[in-house]
Amino acid sequence: MTELRGYKELPIGAVPFRLSTDYKTGDWRALRPVVDNNKCVKCMLCWIFCPDMAIIWDGEQIKVNYDYCKGCGICAHECPVKAIDMVPEPSE
Amino acid sequence: MTEAVKTPHIPLEKQKLLTVNGDEAVAWAAKQSLVDVVAAYPITPQTIIVEKFSEFVANGEVHTEFVPVESEHSAMSACVGAAAAGARAFTATAANGLALMWEILYIAASLRLPIVLAVANRALSAPINIHCDHSDAMGMRDAGWVQLFVENVQEAYDTTIQAFKIAEDERVLLPVAVNLDGFFLSHTLENIHILPDEAVHEFLGGYRKVPKVKVDYFDEEVPLMLNPARPLSFGPLDLYDYYFEHKMHQVEAMKRVPEVVREVNEKWYELTGRKYGDGVLVPYEVEDADVIVTVLGSTGGTVRHIVKKLRREGKKVGMVRIRMFRPFPHKELAEILKNAKVVGVMDRAISFGSYGPSFLEINTALYDYKEKPLLVNYVYGLGGRDAPPELLEKMFHELLSDAEKGFVEKKLRFLGVRE
Amino acid sequence: MAQQTLPQIPIKKGEPAYKLWIFEPEWKGELPLILNPRQLAEQKRAAILPGHRLCAGCAAPIIVKLASFAFRGPTIVVNATGCLEVATTIFPYTSWAVPWIHNAFENAAATASGVESAIKAFKKTGRLPWDHVDVVVFGGDGGTFDIGLQSLSGAAERGHDFLYILYDNEAYMNTGIQRSGGTPKYAWTTTSPVGSVLPGKTQHKKPIADIMVAHRIPYVATATPAHWLDLMKKVRKGIEVNGPAFIHALSSCDRGWRHDTALAIEVSRRAVDTCYFPLWEWTPEKGYMLTDRSLSIARNPKLKQPIERFLEVQGRFKHLLRPENRHLLRDLQEWVDKVWEDLLNRAVNAPR
Repeated sequence: MTELRGYKELPIGAVPFRLSTDYKTGDWRALRPVVDNNKCVKCMLCWIFCPDMAIIWDGEQIKVNYDYCKGCGICAHECPVKAIDMVPEPSE
Repeated sequence: MTEAVKTPHIPLEKQKLLTVNGDEAVAWAAKQSLVDVVAAYPITPQTIIVEKFSEFVANGEVHTEFVPVESEHSAMSACVGAAAAGARAFTATAANGLALMWEILYIAASLRLPIVLAVANRALSAPINIHCDHSDAMGMRDAGWVQLFVENVQEAYDTTIQAFKIAEDERVLLPVAVNLDGFFLSHTLENIHILPDEAVHEFLGGYRKVPKVKVDYFDEEVPLMLNPARPLSFGPLDLYDYYFEHKMHQVEAMKRVPEVVREVNEKWYELTGRKYGDGVLVPYEVEDADVIVTVLGSTGGTVRHIVKKLRREGKKVGMVRIRMFRPFPHKELAEILKNAKVVGVMDRAISFGSYGPSFLEINTALYDYKEKPLLVNYVYGLGGRDAPPELLEKMFHELLSDAEKGFVEKKLRFLGVRE
Repeated sequence: MAQQTLPQIPIKKGEPAYKLWIFEPEWKGELPLILNPRQLAEQKRAAILPGHRLCAGCAAPIIVKLASFAFRGPTIVVNATGCLEVATTIFPYTSWAVPWIHNAFENAAATASGVESAIKAFKKTGRLPWDHVDVVVFGGDGGTFDIGLQSLSGAAERGHDFLYILYDNEAYMNTGIQRSGGTPKYAWTTTSPVGSVLPGKTQHKKPIADIMVAHRIPYVATATPAHWLDLMKKVRKGIEVNGPAFIHALSSCDRGWRHDTALAIEVSRRAVDTCYFPLWEWTPEKGYMLTDRSLSIARNPKLKQPIERFLEVQGRFKHLLRPENRHLLRDLQEWVDKVWEDLLNRAVNAPR
């Protein structure tokens, strides 16, 4: 965690100075989507429906960006060929 | 009071003489100020401003987008949107309309949007009353706006143009409210001098220029506006970790306002030959005065008339018109008042259960002085009740007698009300 | 980390997954409306960035993301107070890759009026470096059906050129699931609880999209994130018309609707399949036109499913499935049928 800035270091008008891509929501996750790219038919529905922009299509296969994935399971539920499994995150 | 200069850049004969009321004067000022967006809703006694401005729009005399919104709340909201997009935005209202805007007044100031708002001061309901007092303006005193009060129609014109210059100054970047007394100024015809359009454009530096800010995700400073070339987000959620810091920005900006108001007043003087005290306070005959009266707005003229009369009678009286109420010039005013025996503070508003708003400020201003005058608060003129010269003269005599006695029996006095 | 250098739009193959939308002043043209999923994934990046703090499984960011795929160029987003607004801009972070403003709760349309007027004034005086800057508003049901209705109606009447997208999660979810004018009848909320006397909310949902139709603005439509192609096409149409456009998008809320986080799309699909939330668009020229799944249902009424299919996955309606409440269920079904019937009568493309 970076130190909180004082008011003299903040932009005026209260405009945010960082992008939320710096904020990782992956640790919210209880269930982790695991993609079986052998089953995947590359329909992109998971990419289209992911509320967290955490599904990445790299041109060849579907990957999950676990930095942001909150584990909602929409991708797994909507996958027409059941190529995504939701598996429990290991407890600490 | 208007103080004349010998050689203004634009001598009086080059200025156009207009016979207009205060509302029209404000509309003329807005017209010449290259305003991009005017969003307004009709309310007495402000309506003439938007009527007059609509005529300028209808005749193609301005480039301005006029947004005839469905409420004052939306008027200020549209001004916030327009100013955030980088536009020069203006609106006008009064009383209940200003009260309806209240929520967004704070937002405009916090987002540091240099909107200019003309308030044709009017009493708040209930009972509904369309006439002048300052209770509307006093409701917004904590909203983070600069508040200027004018004495006459000429000053309404001059101050509206100055308001854009003050608001957009990079040291300030705060919205500015120009207060003119409802009916007493808004509907009263006076002969005024206005500048040629180009002179106003030059004074303001052309169209609005937006300041720049630095955010981490751009390497260079970017314009503080809704800009598809360099996206910024306006109006985020602050938690307890940053809200206080953001409020400090407003505190600091307010501190820089008086110097800017003085500078602008001085520049205006050089340009037009007109100035209003130092822009912040307009003192008159205060140097050796035993009794000084403070006042806001158009009543200043009547008070000055009485001061002149009493001075002719050998009475040591003076007055200060408070032109800038926010930020309040505590120190400067205290320096003027500290040697008087009694100060009468006139307020055209009251905080029920307390005193008039400027009385509280002046008490604060004088508290630290060992030697200080006695203070009396005169609440007067609510709901447009007239404050004629005889009444004000009676007030001065009361104050003179307090000065003689050396103590004040009744601190809060109501002037011109029936019991 | 979204990249610091300024990317071009449209996205080129192999570029990072997240980026700011930068339209340099010389930018010309129109972003393509891509309807092929593979091409979409390869060429488009959402205007909403990850790291936002909307709940897991929230439909609102899906709607924003899909809508942004249909943006045609430089776009300014206006957001009413609500879940989307607070969760995407928790200082010092922002999730918005395009210029964005939140003013207050009830004034998103008025704020958009100001933004749009500023754009017009700039254009008039040669200060707008692009051909168009589009204005898109996102507001929730509270900010649209209730507290923001006056501002929306005023802006629609004045004819400002903006697209207003209502993401309707059918209650004040941001403050903790209180009933709104958008909450359906018999739904449980924290201010319309199911008690021994009252069966949840006792009033029907306000017909907000029809209210906007009554303004006779150039474009009105309904949409859901499940019907994503339909939604994207409607967003593009709403942006393209000159004047106000309104899209009522159903936006499930797993916290408030009490359903599993994986069901946002499923429940939206069921809303359309049961005709609880029909898909249509309206223009002054053509009138009502059914779209997507609702058009299929109109053509083949056997596809229409009973309202239970929509209710059964949501905890907020679980009391309706109890035997003693069968009459309430029937009441709701009759209401849905009646509204659907009305729509079929009005829709110019419904079979007669």
